[in-house]
Amino acid sequence: MTEEPKDTCDVIGSQKTNPSRDKDLAPYIKIKVLFFARARDLTGSTELCLEMPDGSTARDCMNKLLIEFPNLREIYNSMVLALNEEYAPESTILRNKDELAIIPPISGG
Amino acid sequence: MDSKEIGSGSSGADLLREIERLRAEKEELESRIHLLEAQIKPRGAAEDKSGSCSLSSLSCSQMNGATISCLSPEMIHRYSRHLLLPDFGVEGQLKLSKSSILVVGAGGLGSPVAMYLVACGVGCLGIVDSDIVELNNLHRQIIHTEAYAGQSKVKSAASSCHAINSSVKLVEHREALQAVNALDIVSKYDIVVDATDNLPSRYMISDCCVLLDKPLVSGAALGLEGQLTVYNYNGGPCYRCLFPTPPPSAACQRCSDSGVLGVVPGVIGCLQALEAIKVASAVKIRGRSPACLICGENAAFTREIFQSFDYENFTQSPMSDKSSEKLNLIPESSRITAIPKSMNIPLSNLEDKLSTIHSALKQAAQDSGKCASLFVVCRRGNDSQRAVDYLSKNGFPLAKDISSEKLNLIPESSRITGKEYNEIVNTGEPHVLVDVRPVHHFKIAAIPKSMNIPLSNLEDKLSTIHSALKQAAQDSGKCASLFVVCRRGNDSQRAVDYLSKNGFPLAKDIVGGLQSWSQDVDHTFPSY
Repeated sequence: MTEEPKDTCDVIGSQKTNPSRDKDLAPYIKIKVLFFARARDLTGSTELCLEMPDGSTARDCMNKLLIEFPNLREIYNSMVLALNEEYAPESTILRNKDELAIIPPISGG
Repeated sequence: MDSKEIGSGSSGADLLREIERLRAEKEELESRIHLLEAQIKPRGAAEDKSGSCSLSSLSCSQMNGATISCLSPEMIHRYSRHLLLPDFGVEGQLKLSKSSILVVGAGGLGSPVAMYLVACGVGCLGIVDSDIVELNNLHRQIIHTEAYAGQSKVKSAASSCHAINSSVKLVEHREALQAVNALDIVSKYDIVVDATDNLPSRYMISDCCVLLDKPLVSGAALGLEGQLTVYNYNGGPCYRCLFPTPPPSAACQRCSDSGVLGVVPGVIGCLQALEAIKVASAVKIRGRSPACLICGENAAFTREIFQSFDYENFTQSPMSDKSSEKLNLIPESSRITAIPKSMNIPLSNLEDKLSTIHSALKQAAQDSGKCASLFVVCRRGNDSQRAVDYLSKNGFPLAKDISSEKLNLIPESSRITGKEYNEIVNTGEPHVLVDVRPVHHFKIAAIPKSMNIPLSNLEDKLSTIHSALKQAAQDSGKCASLFVVCRRGNDSQRAVDYLSKNGFPLAKDIVGGLQSWSQDVDHTFPSY
């Protein structure tokens, strides 16, 4: 179901996601984001890397993604987040190299 | 039952089913009789103890009986590979056989779910669907065949299930599961499997399961991916906990719009069947071991240890085929080999080589001054039997074959056959029968009054055997004999070998174990 796991995310499409990089003000953490099902269709990617200020939550991450990919709103209210392969609420604080998966429900059978 | 019915054109299958049913009934009655008998005479407590503690959880267990479980010999045979699993065993199979599962949807997910649940021996399977089989379903809905195109999916699925396992009760619900009928249908089952292909059904089924407090095994598949979740079970969430707001319909495509690779729902459906079986049998198939060296409570497994850990050495197997030669990991015993001093005469040449055998025997006799015996061996014991058959008719009446699977550790005098043991039982000769199989094997079936001491515990249990023998001698006023039995007659030899060197010189084993017992003496004894 998922792509080969990769430890580093600097290879993956980070150029698209980081318009206001300001390393001097606060330390940044790197988050790997995985898109499943409809989320993949909407973003056109299976995964990408986000740089977030230290102390960011999963919600902050989602907000940033919604700016980058406005059409993600379609599923924003009906999806679950998984942090490092476990379901997690949006309030969870992220750490460097965390893996955040965006999982909309699928219904086929 | 009465001759009129039999003669009046009942099909063979009907009769077989009736026989099966009656057998099960007979088994059940016998089991109850044994149980009551055991209550009347509460003696032999020492023997009972070995099995009773582990049996106490079984509601219909029976002490000292031929069948300790409620599984019929037919079931024991059919599900033997389940029973051999220590973590599943008789308990797991019994629970599964008493559970009823509703599969909603007989499509891509429902196909493997229904087939596996039926094959594995669920007690009752209900299938709900209102659809008709179409040819473009068949690439993934493997329960259906071309012959059923245009017919009800439920009918088709039930027919396949019946062909796989006719002992499972099947309930056909040829209708769509909807809010109006769901409570009624779902309430009849213990577990629900959501194998539907649409969002509203998923919410509906989940809500229904919450209302009726039924565990829900939910699966979904689309394109190249799938999802699997167990809802409403052991304090877990329901579908709405995860997805309180349904996605817009555009976000939730259907297979008929977006396509699906045939195997994908198959994989998810198999996992659903597995989860359903885990819930039904309440058997923890996988759990963390507190003593595990890697993830356990006192584990000290670090990245450094990990990086220097020799997994090939640990597992005694190579990580790739190519490295095996260099590493020499394959044990000597599994290399292609021949018994020293054996002579090779392929079965196909045997006819032409009789004189060679003749001279070899003559030579061996000359060398030793005694008459020489002739043994034949092959890979698995079939060709050697054919050879012995041929040799015995062509001048070598005493040829014997060595069955490669059978051990010949102890002398003939330390062995008796199942029939001989049966004589001993029938004449009431005082004795103790020790069954050296593992406990979970013993639970499958055992000879009446046998005591279970697994071979691995034998060393610690010599005193138990000693007191059992003493008790048997006291009860009868005569000396009691000691017999050992196992599944196939190898471990019993090892046990007798050990016993003979540790204070029980007269111990004997039953040749061929319970397998022979079942074949030669008690045909009702289950073979597994």
